[in-house]
Amino acid sequence: MTEFLQQLVNGLSLGAIYALIALGYTMVYGVLRFINFAHSDVFMVGAFAGYYIGRQLPPETLGGGLVALVGGMLACALLGVVIEKLAYRPLRGRSTLTVLITAIGVSLLLQNLGQRVFGANPRSFPQLFPSHEFHFDGMVISSAQLAVFIVTLLLLFALRWIVMSTRIGTAMRALSFNPTAASLVGINNDFVISCTFALGSALAGAGGILYALNYPSIDPLMGTLPGLKAFVAAVLGGIGNIPGAAAGGLLLGLIETVVVALGGSTYRDAVAFGVLILILLLRPGGLLGRLQTEKV
Amino acid sequence: MRLPQAQGWLLLALVASAVLSWFTPSFNPYFLDVAMSCGINITLAVSLNLINGYTGQFSLGHAGFMAVGAYTAAMLTTAASSWLLPMLGGQTGLLFLVALVAGGLVAALAGMLVGVPSLRLKGDYLAIVTLGFGEIIRVILQNIDAVGGPRGLIGIPDYTNLFATFALVSVTVYAIWAMIHSTYGRGFIAVADDEIAAEAMGINSTRYKIRAFVVGAFYAGVAGGVYAHFKSYIAPQGFGFDKSIEIVVMVILGGMGNMPGVIIAAVLLTILSETLRQFGDFRMILYSLLIIVLMIARPQGLFRLRRNQAGR
Repeated sequence: MTEFLQQLVNGLSLGAIYALIALGYTMVYGVLRFINFAHSDVFMVGAFAGYYIGRQLPPETLGGGLVALVGGMLACALLGVVIEKLAYRPLRGRSTLTVLITAIGVSLLLQNLGQRVFGANPRSFPQLFPSHEFHFDGMVISSAQLAVFIVTLLLLFALRWIVMSTRIGTAMRALSFNPTAASLVGINNDFVISCTFALGSALAGAGGILYALNYPSIDPLMGTLPGLKAFVAAVLGGIGNIPGAAAGGLLLGLIETVVVALGGSTYRDAVAFGVLILILLLRPGGLLGRLQTEKV
Repeated sequence: MRLPQAQGWLLLALVASAVLSWFTPSFNPYFLDVAMSCGINITLAVSLNLINGYTGQFSLGHAGFMAVGAYTAAMLTTAASSWLLPMLGGQTGLLFLVALVAGGLVAALAGMLVGVPSLRLKGDYLAIVTLGFGEIIRVILQNIDAVGGPRGLIGIPDYTNLFATFALVSVTVYAIWAMIHSTYGRGFIAVADDEIAAEAMGINSTRYKIRAFVVGAFYAGVAGGVYAHFKSYIAPQGFGFDKSIEIVVMVILGGMGNMPGVIIAAVLLTILSETLRQFGDFRMILYSLLIIVLMIARPQGLFRLRRNQAGR
């Protein structure tokens, strides 16, 4: 039982990080209808931003950790907006495939620039928050895992508040409903899209730092696999659906942990893709999503 | 160009590669190496062009098909050669041919497996599924100890020569060209242009998509076999996402659905990456910038003047 609960905690903390990244995929998909491949590399940049900021601060303090977290999120938000302005905005209105290929290009660019700028060798991530292990009944929860839960929960509520209760959130929802009608009622589509990218990228940045806290070795290619898995999580929950992305992330984290616990650790990276293919075959709209019928 | 004339070209190309192969010893080995890399990349790009260009799907897992073909062919000429070779009368040329075809067929089977989900998926979803599929192949190969696992497969006989490479290029180019220009083959282009309209005209778009995947995967698999017997060493990491992207860039640069363009792009990029080898990671930075700039400035590729030249 303890073993089961321990795996549950591990799975949920991994899943929470997937959920944070998945939210960015889902939000961008909601407004622009394309998969932002570069999102996984924004996640990587977030981890590196946390690394550089964290080195300047006193280690293992609550304040220092929070500063690094917020700094990483801001850096990623900025990066997201810049990527959108330079690479995606000139392609507005072009076919999905064109935008998708560009996104792959941006992703490769970030990875390879990362190898140039940060160096290709893995670095060990500093322990930003006070490290402590909490023991419950034989179960161990590290402070890094606790940070994941608290930060994810706070960010989810903040995101929900922004999307549901602010003017900009209303504009986002309007845009994802119908871009033409949104601009007809006076919404500045470009501005809203920039804000969406900023929000999604900030979440990815937070995800990157939290991931690095739990798996403290970062390198410029670290984003690829968590990014792809988070994408699977977004599809699992129904892409374009914000609660769906969160649920999908948690579920995928659990599935992966279970597979590893059952002894399939060499296949852990293939699991997510198996889940993706299954969900697309059985329920293409995702668990919480609705499938839109194509109109001619 | 009508078909009999095209067959003439095929024959000419086969004879030319045989004649060229005769003079192999007098060529500069480095030049020979690059020429064979060009040939393999042309085959890969042309076969991917059938899926991504003519049929308008988007596959990011072409290196996966190549891996399947490479491993199958390599296993046949190494581990299985002890019983297969006597059966074929001890002729290594015949063994190589059998291995290549078998590699192609197994890759085609894999292509069918990927093609089936493509019935329900479009554009970006399909891209992710094919990407995932390529990764799954890589992970599986890494976990099979009989094929060397992560260490890869060594000691593959170097059967590949100039003739084998360019015969494959000629056959691939001819077969895909002839298929696209047949009455049946117009269906591929119709599916790419407008799937709903094509369906309304009675074209079974599902079948066309699967067929594109199967045929494309077959030639990628054969190219993988040729590659394995060219390098004498294959490892799962060599067939990863980077390799798939490399092939995709060739197709994009040449213009999707523009065969001459894709061939030129494959040659250019092979030579470019050879010359850039000394600059190491700048190569991938350049590749990625190339993709972004091309998509913004010339989404139809470098060599295409008008849209929809494909069927003409």
